[in-house]
Amino acid sequence: MNIDGVKNGYVLDHIEAGRAMEIYDLLKLNKLNCCVAIIQHVNSTKYGKKDIIKIDEDIEIDLNVLGYIDSNITVNKVRDCELLEKVHLQVPSTLKGVIKCKNPRCITTVEQEIEHCFKLVDRDKKLYRCCYCDSEHVAR
Amino acid sequence: MKGKDGRMKQVKNLVNITDLSLKEIEYLIKIADDIVKHPEKYNEICKHKKLATLFFEPSTRTRLSFEAAMLEMGGSVLGFSEAGSSSATKGESVGDTVRTVGCYVDVIAMRHPKEGAPIVASQVCQVPIINAGDGGHFHPTQTLTDLLTINRCKKRLDNMTIGLCGDLKFGRTVHSLIEAMQRYNNVSFVLISPPELQVPDYIKESLKNSGTSFKEVQRLEDAMPELDVLYMTRVQKERFFNEADYIRLKDSYILDLAKLKEARSDLTIMHPLPRVNEISREVDDDPRAQYFYQVLCGKHIRMALILYMLGIDPLEKWL
Repeated sequence: MNIDGVKNGYVLDHIEAGRAMEIYDLLKLNKLNCCVAIIQHVNSTKYGKKDIIKIDEDIEIDLNVLGYIDSNITVNKVRDCELLEKVHLQVPSTLKGVIKCKNPRCITTVEQEIEHCFKLVDRDKKLYRCCYCDSEHVAR
Repeated sequence: MKGKDGRMKQVKNLVNITDLSLKEIEYLIKIADDIVKHPEKYNEICKHKKLATLFFEPSTRTRLSFEAAMLEMGGSVLGFSEAGSSSATKGESVGDTVRTVGCYVDVIAMRHPKEGAPIVASQVCQVPIINAGDGGHFHPTQTLTDLLTINRCKKRLDNMTIGLCGDLKFGRTVHSLIEAMQRYNNVSFVLISPPELQVPDYIKESLKNSGTSFKEVQRLEDAMPELDVLYMTRVQKERFFNEADYIRLKDSYILDLAKLKEARSDLTIMHPLPRVNEISREVDDDPRAQYFYQVLCGKHIRMALILYMLGIDPLEKWL
């Protein structure tokens, strides 16, 4: 299978196999008019199988979203067909507007304008707590 | 919150008990004790100051405690006692309500059924917010009340064994008290509850992380002899998974004089109230029963807290 290289944009590499669509949705890549390629279940020497997303446009990428989904993802920034920067992600210490609190007693469930916010309380377990009600949320 | 000069304004708020340092808690306890020693000093200390009690859900006891506290210091009180009497019924946000009321008063005590509502309020309000309970989340002034009661009865907040009995899973007063007391030296806990109502794992982890010793038992009788403080809470039938377990265990969580036979003579018995049947009426006259004195402590510590929030320092720069 041949897919063109990126001229100006990003290659999101080492995505856990099967999770590319989740990232596509969370980064709202469907709103873009540029060329976006999702390549699933690619053979990987490091992980066995992986997904890759190629975005041929210089957009702003929320690295917190990616770090939350999978901190093993590598973000390759491409300019004029050359690799400009390779960014290794971290599990973000705060998450704003990425996930929603599911506690029905949380104030965010009734006041729609409040931005959902989570703070990391245990990096190893990827355990987050809602900034408002302290409900737990574990990242996959 | 930005002030008139456009700079960020530092406003004190109390959302969770951990918002207060041990030094601040010690200071509030000193003021509360000074209020008892020199009541005349406090008669008009809040003259021309106003407290709003915004109770989006009813809570007679806490609201009256706040109002009595402010009135006793010569201040005024306004507010509402249920959401139906507020603009919340018209769809107004919590933020807009407190921002509006903040233009009328000097300090706000608010209760809201939704967890985290006081955080939202404190982000936009120009006057101090005191959380008077947000759902099953925090109730810091109850914890301050408990700390003052323990300090007055035991003359210390460290070196003691505290028994917490009843519904330890859903009881927010229990969780907050554990959070507050584990900051003091050599405090250990005996957690007395049926298996279904044990404290959540994250509380046990927090106890382990702070190096606080604790044990879990199912029968109140087994724990009684070693306790300095016994904090009772209600066990609700609907919390049990089956009727048989409820029948088997319910009597174990009702405190009566027979169970107190094994207790120390200087035990302090507490309860956040209201009680239903978890403390037998015959215990009320026992000198160890302090749950109604606890209510009085609640008024004193709220007086101290209001002063602190208003920036009034009756002990003259003690901090």
